[in-house]
Amino acid sequence: MTTDSNKRGSKGDILLEMRNIEIDGFSDERWHDIVKGVDLTLRRGEVMGLIGESGAGKSTLGKAAMGYAQPGCRIKSGTIMFDGMDLMAATENEKRKLWGSRIAYVAQSAAASFNPAHRLVDQTVEATVDHGISDEAAAKKDAVDLYTALQLPDPENIGTRYPHQVSGGQLQRIMTAMAMSPRPDLIIFDEPTTALDVTTQVEVLVAMRDIVEQFNTAAIYITHDLAVVAQMADFIKVLRYGDEVEEAETRLMLSEPKEDYTKTLWSVRSLEKPEDKSDDIALSINNVDAAYGKSVKVLHDVTINIPRGRTVSVVGESGSGKSTTARVITGLLPPMTGNIVFNGEELPAALADRTKDQLRRIQMIYQMADTAMNPKQTVGEIIGRPLEFYHDMRGKQRDDRILELLEMIELDSSFIDRLPSELSGGQKQRICIARALAAEPEIIICDEVTSALDQIVQEGILKLLLRLQKEYGITYLFITHDIAVVTAISDEIVVMFQGKVVEQGLKSEILNPPFPEYTQLLLSSVPEMDPDWLTNLVDQRP
Amino acid sequence: MSEDGQNYSAAGEVAQVKLRRGRGERTWIALKKAPVSAWFGMIVIALYAFTAIFGPMLAPYGEAEIFAKADEPWAMLGGNPDHLFGTDQIGRDVFTRLIYGARNTIGIALITTLLSFLIGGALGLVAAINRSWLDQLLSRAVDVLMSIPSLIFALMLLSIFGSSIPSLILIIAVLDSTRVFRLTRSVAANVVVMDYVEAARLRGEGMAWVMRKEILPNIMPPLVAEFGLRFSFVFLTIASLSFLGLGIQPPTADWGSMVRDGSRFIQFVAYDWTLALPSLLPAGAVALLTVAVNFVVDWFLHKTSGLRDDH
Repeated sequence: MTTDSNKRGSKGDILLEMRNIEIDGFSDERWHDIVKGVDLTLRRGEVMGLIGESGAGKSTLGKAAMGYAQPGCRIKSGTIMFDGMDLMAATENEKRKLWGSRIAYVAQSAAASFNPAHRLVDQTVEATVDHGISDEAAAKKDAVDLYTALQLPDPENIGTRYPHQVSGGQLQRIMTAMAMSPRPDLIIFDEPTTALDVTTQVEVLVAMRDIVEQFNTAAIYITHDLAVVAQMADFIKVLRYGDEVEEAETRLMLSEPKEDYTKTLWSVRSLEKPEDKSDDIALSINNVDAAYGKSVKVLHDVTINIPRGRTVSVVGESGSGKSTTARVITGLLPPMTGNIVFNGEELPAALADRTKDQLRRIQMIYQMADTAMNPKQTVGEIIGRPLEFYHDMRGKQRDDRILELLEMIELDSSFIDRLPSELSGGQKQRICIARALAAEPEIIICDEVTSALDQIVQEGILKLLLRLQKEYGITYLFITHDIAVVTAISDEIVVMFQGKVVEQGLKSEILNPPFPEYTQLLLSSVPEMDPDWLTNLVDQRP
Repeated sequence: MSEDGQNYSAAGEVAQVKLRRGRGERTWIALKKAPVSAWFGMIVIALYAFTAIFGPMLAPYGEAEIFAKADEPWAMLGGNPDHLFGTDQIGRDVFTRLIYGARNTIGIALITTLLSFLIGGALGLVAAINRSWLDQLLSRAVDVLMSIPSLIFALMLLSIFGSSIPSLILIIAVLDSTRVFRLTRSVAANVVVMDYVEAARLRGEGMAWVMRKEILPNIMPPLVAEFGLRFSFVFLTIASLSFLGLGIQPPTADWGSMVRDGSRFIQFVAYDWTLALPSLLPAGAVALLTVAVNFVVDWFLHKTSGLRDDH
């Protein structure tokens, strides 16, 4: 695959040229390749999308564009020319002059990147002033213009606040303003919207796209979400295992991807389960109010019915009470009022009052498989414990059952004595599923189980869950903010907003008009694989 | 769906996964990378352990055996060649008593430290999991105990209960367990909030299981490091109590009391420096072990606390 830059609508002269970049990472007592000889050319004013799954080397390559290798990595070979300057040969000092003035970096987690002790505007202009690009007063005045351009509320005064006083989406935009403040030639966006809700993501995307266009800044946009990058980039480069898979103009890439791997990235969103109606209610939550502590009420009169053998998806942005609902069902957070009826019987509100059998019937799978498994226990111990605990299986009987369970989740006996750190992300989540299955539950609560996973792995997990439902008639309560996952797996959907249920109904009813206002906003905010989607959306919205 | 082109298999999924290594292999890699100071510490500790275990076989004489000549200087300083380091004020062989002292001082310190970890660790875990009135009760009780200077408190308790070895062990263990309690509680508090602990609670597991299987293995590294450090402190406390006459009672040999016995010559050191040797020798033994343990603990802490240098 060669990069033919001439074919692209050339916006300006070449700003960044990377040739045959090889980057090594040191882990586990040895060096191994992270990036294996990738070329990259970027012209002034161009936006390049870098996509790939985690471990594809996209972030590492993005940072290498600044001539920077993070601790534990080294740029082994290749050339990096930034505007006529050889970054491979540049000293740390020379590079430091470049960073924060001509090249800027926007990180994934804005919340972790701001110093909580300083006002936002001081942090916005810090690099600009330090590099002597302009004096403080001028830079601060310019920051207000940038805040305005990024459509932040009250641009005159928002800078005087501290990081914790603004929302996540606002913080991400302020970080973009910070990157923009010295008017850099190149900005590297490293998954800037991954941690945001879809509704917030739209605002941030619009703001970023406009400001990059306005100042004719070149940008590298790193993400694993193809639909997002389709809105932002002029052309897209797909990476896998540190190698370039293909590069093409955005529209071309979306309409006719050449490589098989690229095609699979598209296909995940096409998984769809036919919905199935059922009136046999397995579990219902009736008029539940719940609060953390005595003051903060997070659930207001929540009523949800979960039919047996079906999947009910709970969607909503963060803070809408999705996870709290799960905590109420599991008994971790006893409700203030209302009750939970399971198989026609009222469940005791608190965990401690439930019988072992009641606990067995409701299992839970977590978002972060990493923290959901004890790092000191082997796969066999993790899956084996529920067998011992609920079914009193010992010795050979237990071991046989562990093997059966591993088979059910499409893994083999070689995994039995592995530790969680020796598994990939998808494998970890599969083990968590096996642990839940071991209890032989009736209901499994899945709390954002796929959101930490790559597209292809996500697809595998969803298929597995669907198959298990078909074979064992398990009921799922699926908590997610990803509408693609919702379409893929659910029969019924519950939309939540600010601790209240907006609506509940069959998938076809919820996803088709007429919509209540919030559902409309939520659904329209989900990025589509259409490069014009964002433009159209902005035109439609008032 | 994307079955074509890609033969997706969950078992074959690769990512940034740690290489599989056995426990022995991991230990060996860690040892190979250990700095010189850690090696020095480990060798010294091994020597002390050897001496403590095989003491009676190594010692030329009995622990309380008395010889004709008291206060004899070292053999190399013109003393009796039968007594390598000379004899003490009542004619006991100093070399023999140093070896027996290793066994007594280290043994008692070890038992005391273990006991204090048992008490402090268990209560700390309970407090971290419970987080209610029980946590408050235990934490405040520990605050009260810690507010009294521990050496003075130990002296007081020892004079109340009498300074037998069991009461010595128990008193120091209880006083020291307050520090262990605080550490365990704060490290465990970070683990208690993990999803896997919640998963265990949702499963209906009892407190004992959660403590032992879910939390304890994950807080071991800081606890082991603390164990080394605490051991040094306990060791010094016992030595100082013995020095003050309330610790290990004669005729049992012990380094703290040996320092005290030798210390009566201190005022004459200005005239003859060799008189300092009877107290310096056991004091040096105490110092060397403390330094060695700290070297090893430093290395261990550095290795497990995430302070590792990422090349």
